[in-house]
Amino acid sequence: MKPIKVIKIAWLALLKNKIRSLLTMLGIIIGVAAVIIMIAISAGTEATIQEQITGLGSNLIYVSASFGQGRPGEGMSSGGLVYDDAFAIADQINGVKGVVVEQSSTQTLKAGDVSLEDVTIMGTTGDFPSVRDMEIASGRYFTQNEIDRTTSIAVLGSSLAEELFGNQDPYGETITVGGTVRLTVVGVFDEKGMVGDVDYDSRLYTPITIVLEKMTNNQFSRFMGDRVRLIYVEVDETVGNDGERTLDDVIYQISLLLVKLHEVTLEEADFVITTQQDIITTQESTTAAFRSLLAWVAGVSLIVGGIGIMNIMLVSVTERTREIGIRQSVGATPNDIRWQFLTEALLLSLIGGLIGVAAGVIGAWLFGQASGMRTVIVVTSVFLAFGSAATVGVFFGYYPANQAAQLDPIEALRYE
Amino acid sequence: MKKSKVIIDGKDLVKVYQMGDFEVRALDGTSIQVQEGEFVAIMGPSGSGKTTLMNVLGCLMIPTSGKYKLDGEDVSDLDKVELAQIRNQKLGFIFQSYNLLARTPALQNVILPLFYDRTSPLTDEEQQEKAVKMLEAVGLGDRIYHEPQELSGGQQQRVSIARALVNDPVMVMADEPTGNLDSKSGAEIMELLVDLHKQGVTIVMVTHDPEIAAYTDRTIHLLDGKVDREVKNGKEHS
Repeated sequence: MKPIKVIKIAWLALLKNKIRSLLTMLGIIIGVAAVIIMIAISAGTEATIQEQITGLGSNLIYVSASFGQGRPGEGMSSGGLVYDDAFAIADQINGVKGVVVEQSSTQTLKAGDVSLEDVTIMGTTGDFPSVRDMEIASGRYFTQNEIDRTTSIAVLGSSLAEELFGNQDPYGETITVGGTVRLTVVGVFDEKGMVGDVDYDSRLYTPITIVLEKMTNNQFSRFMGDRVRLIYVEVDETVGNDGERTLDDVIYQISLLLVKLHEVTLEEADFVITTQQDIITTQESTTAAFRSLLAWVAGVSLIVGGIGIMNIMLVSVTERTREIGIRQSVGATPNDIRWQFLTEALLLSLIGGLIGVAAGVIGAWLFGQASGMRTVIVVTSVFLAFGSAATVGVFFGYYPANQAAQLDPIEALRYE
Repeated sequence: MKKSKVIIDGKDLVKVYQMGDFEVRALDGTSIQVQEGEFVAIMGPSGSGKTTLMNVLGCLMIPTSGKYKLDGEDVSDLDKVELAQIRNQKLGFIFQSYNLLARTPALQNVILPLFYDRTSPLTDEEQQEKAVKMLEAVGLGDRIYHEPQELSGGQQQRVSIARALVNDPVMVMADEPTGNLDSKSGAEIMELLVDLHKQGVTIVMVTHDPEIAAYTDRTIHLLDGKVDREVKNGKEHS
């Protein structure tokens, strides 16, 4: 029999039982849609994370204090990172473009009649705008000189400026921080938006010396003195590209320098150095694990869909025993019968697959709209899901089709 | 008419069913010959083996032993696929319960044998035309798109006769063709079979009804799996 005729017969058979065919396909539809939606969600999440990481600025090395590994008991020299380490790195390491130290404090702000609670005061250094990719919208940023002299000035995030001063130009205005420290506004940053879960626009930026000296108001902080948690090092674009220095060389140089300054060995280092790449790798492995979990869940639902097809096909074979007998009596060979039922199963799963693809694409979009999460339809996932549906159809359709093919024509004709 | 050819040539046909520990010899050395153009009835009480004989002659099963030549070809030892092809090209079936595909138009039912005919030189359109012609021949030219459930029993049996003839078989096997019909429709169906016989179609019919058997040329009586006696009916019913 010509394939087109087999398909036609199978199609007509499915049309005779529309509701049942639809219900049979439901498993496949849900399976395929699940695969597409889940992959769309994980791809969307990945893309968002990727953007956040690049949003942090490129070529970044993070030097963070690791108190657990140091030996604070042996004197002040080995208790994590200190403010001066940043300058040492900036001065002595080749290939470093900028170094930023951040020390934050949460305070209440007052400007005129407006009072804001729990505002993050970010004490930082001169390279901050370039390392963090922040643009000054009006006024200026503070200079190294002002940082060294602990000048009482501030640069505002865009939304903070608006909250405090509305549409007024805040330049030269005075802000009272924590009731005692008075800062003069010298500039406002451009809108940066959210990076990760950090809102850069709602913060107040001031020389790090201000935070270290005037806002560390508890005993512990005073004892810690000029200790910082994190130093950001921005590496030159040439590193890793000009064939002379690699990122690893720079990291090694920084390690050696800090070990020397802290008077510890490399094994006892009281700091940890991570790169942008490390973070990306960690994120990727996390999302990969997430994605493979989703793929398994979706795969299981496809298999359940396939079992549904097998179930219905077995019922269908039993129910249509007489039809099979009639076909055999007029000359259908076992192969003809096998192909007919296999084609039905395949049609069910392919049509189910198509509907599932449509449902998946629409579902992913709706999910994105409803949850605010980003979803990205991955083309390969569409083919993957559709291909799996077809495979499932053949796999689970074969057994019932074979049962049908092996019926004895006399028995089948006698079946009531 | 030229010298007639032997269509059915069965010698010492034996069919044994294994029922647990028992052997049932449904056919116990049956020999039967049918000439081309003959209209033959097979009769016998239930358990006489007439259904088994019909299944063997109709190539729905092979005999345990014995030789069966159909249209000059030995078919006593064929496999499932070969049997299916023989049924497709050489035989037509008329069943007591019509055995039409449910919810399928008469035309599609009649075309079915052509569907499975790999050797058919006919195009789809020609197959369709032929099926329509067959339905017209059995008097259903105005009902080709009716589905079985919209037709009377007699009409359904006509559709099945059209289906039995569409592949130009060397023989039509009829199994109690009037068994499910009232006497009037039954008589009409028999008239139709007699007509076909007159046109030269070879028909072998299984029945338990002597009145129906009387339409045929010859009646073969079976008993306990053997041919008991043969009776020439001597008269042509018209």
